[in-house]
Amino acid sequence: MTTTATNIPADSPGVPPVAATRLKAAGGRQRPASKTGYWFLAPYLFFFGLFLVWPIIYGLWMSLTNRSLVTERSEFTGFSNYAEALSDPQMWSSLGNTLFFTVISSVPLVVVSFVMAYLVYTGLKGQWIWRLTFFAPFLLPVSVVTAIWGFLFTNDFGLINGLLDRAGLSQVGWLSDDQVAMWSIALVTLWWTVGFNFLLYLSALQNIPDHLYEAAQLDGAGSWRRLFSITLPMMKSTTGLIILLQALASLKVFDQIFLLTQGGPNGATRSILQYIYDSGFIGYRLGYASATSYIFFALIVLVSLAQMWFAKRKDS
Amino acid sequence: MATATAPAATPAAPTAPGGSPADGRARARAQKKREAEHLRSLTLGPGRKGRVAAYLVVAVLAALWALPLAWAVLSSFKAEADVSAAPLKFWPDSGWTAEAYRSVLAAGDIPLWIWNSVLVSTIVTVITVTISALAAYAFSRQKFRGRKWLFGLTVAAIMVPPQILIVPLFDQMIALRLSDTLLGVALPQVVMPLMVIVMKNFFDQIPVELEEAARLDGAGDFRVFFAVVLPLSRSIITAVSIFVFISAWNNFLWPFIVTNSPEIMTIPVGLGTVKNAYGVQYASEMASAMIGALPLLIVFMLFQRHIIRGFATSGMGGQ
Repeated sequence: MTTTATNIPADSPGVPPVAATRLKAAGGRQRPASKTGYWFLAPYLFFFGLFLVWPIIYGLWMSLTNRSLVTERSEFTGFSNYAEALSDPQMWSSLGNTLFFTVISSVPLVVVSFVMAYLVYTGLKGQWIWRLTFFAPFLLPVSVVTAIWGFLFTNDFGLINGLLDRAGLSQVGWLSDDQVAMWSIALVTLWWTVGFNFLLYLSALQNIPDHLYEAAQLDGAGSWRRLFSITLPMMKSTTGLIILLQALASLKVFDQIFLLTQGGPNGATRSILQYIYDSGFIGYRLGYASATSYIFFALIVLVSLAQMWFAKRKDS
Repeated sequence: MATATAPAATPAAPTAPGGSPADGRARARAQKKREAEHLRSLTLGPGRKGRVAAYLVVAVLAALWALPLAWAVLSSFKAEADVSAAPLKFWPDSGWTAEAYRSVLAAGDIPLWIWNSVLVSTIVTVITVTISALAAYAFSRQKFRGRKWLFGLTVAAIMVPPQILIVPLFDQMIALRLSDTLLGVALPQVVMPLMVIVMKNFFDQIPVELEEAARLDGAGDFRVFFAVVLPLSRSIITAVSIFVFISAWNNFLWPFIVTNSPEIMTIPVGLGTVKNAYGVQYASEMASAMIGALPLLIVFMLFQRHIIRGFATSGMGGQ
């Protein structure tokens, strides 16, 4: 839309009237080309280059070397780090754990947040208190969340096992049983982060025009019918966005697992980011850790592209 | 965007001539109530049954969500012996006590970590908001070579998870002699392409005529930006600032990687990694957790509306 504006000579003192109208037509907000833009951009570009572009390039280079944390020298080793990572069963199991976590956390995080948002949206009294209750955990630092849940999950005097005990049920090794641990982490994550999706849904629900409901009511649609034929269809694009954001967030899981189980028991909860951390900062192999980072990055890009392709197909 | 009862949430409808502010408030309240009632009948149906069921579900959910925090608060006011008693005791034998808080605060690390977090989050917020606002204005209103290309790069950068950069960044921090310093914790966090895009979208919607008037008076680009655009952008600046502050405050992985000494740690890192030397003491741990949670909860209470609106409208976030 702005191509017309490029024809105007830069810094011309009086822009000819014709060009000025063309400028307006081209969106109205373009002014003749000047160098000031760079001054506005300079500080951002400085940090952007230093802490984003450069580490990406540098990391890519590192991934092709045997750079280690303990020695200064490093040699170019081609794609051997990638080959090693891709044939390492530990890499695959941590990737598998991550994908498993993504599925078992994303589904409840989308469903529960919608239920919460829908109930609060319907105008029940005490809005403020519901919103606060559902959103407050999102504001807690991860170590506070894991301290609380680590305590709740404690085997002998934890609240959850204590309640099971009182109910006459047997205790569960919430974090020590490798069949259960990942589910416990997903539960913690649901409690901690559902507030964010809840707010996204809440604001989307508020954008549904009342008259749609009124019309449906006149047509005799009951409340369930209105939920399924108006609310849910109107929420389609929001749900798509929330699923994408949620999947990307869940794929990046590290903090809560690292603090609750350190990836145990028996590596059952080790995530791909922890694999990167372990090989880089515990095993000192920075080059290898970089290579794994890029494999993970490829996965993230793949998920984003798949979602974009999906969204496009639905549109047409 | 406001709250669920959208129109009424714009605070206090204008008072009718002659009416006192109290009348206006009462009317606004009544109006809000009517609208809530209307919405309720539209979504849940006119009957009582749907409403009661909805209250029931929301109350159960809220109780489940409040329970962990409530239990942590209660436990932090118990004596150690009562907290680690098996079978579980709901009411402490030796009464309620603030002993855990006293011992945690006396140990001294936590106030220091909070102070570090305040410093780091403030540095990150000031730098991020400043550089992002300037850049967003350039992308929105200025014409220069490479603009499309640079903005495209910024949009693409959203896809880059900061977590994959920790390895090269760590090496870079050692080279810059910033590892294990507060600046080393803060600086790599200031690049947030999403904030640039959110602010650009906002600037795009400010009518350009407002700036042209100032320009006719001879104001230069920077003058226009600071005197005209920024004052109009208070809402987005507040939302972005709060968002950046919260994410910097709660960031764990990067500060955890780059710090080593306990006196440089931020609150999430310190609380998460430095354990009590005498084995786990749950009352103390819960007291530490509550102290660690308090600053942001206070910020939230103060800025509730801004935070919720900011989070909800911009679709930013992450864990």
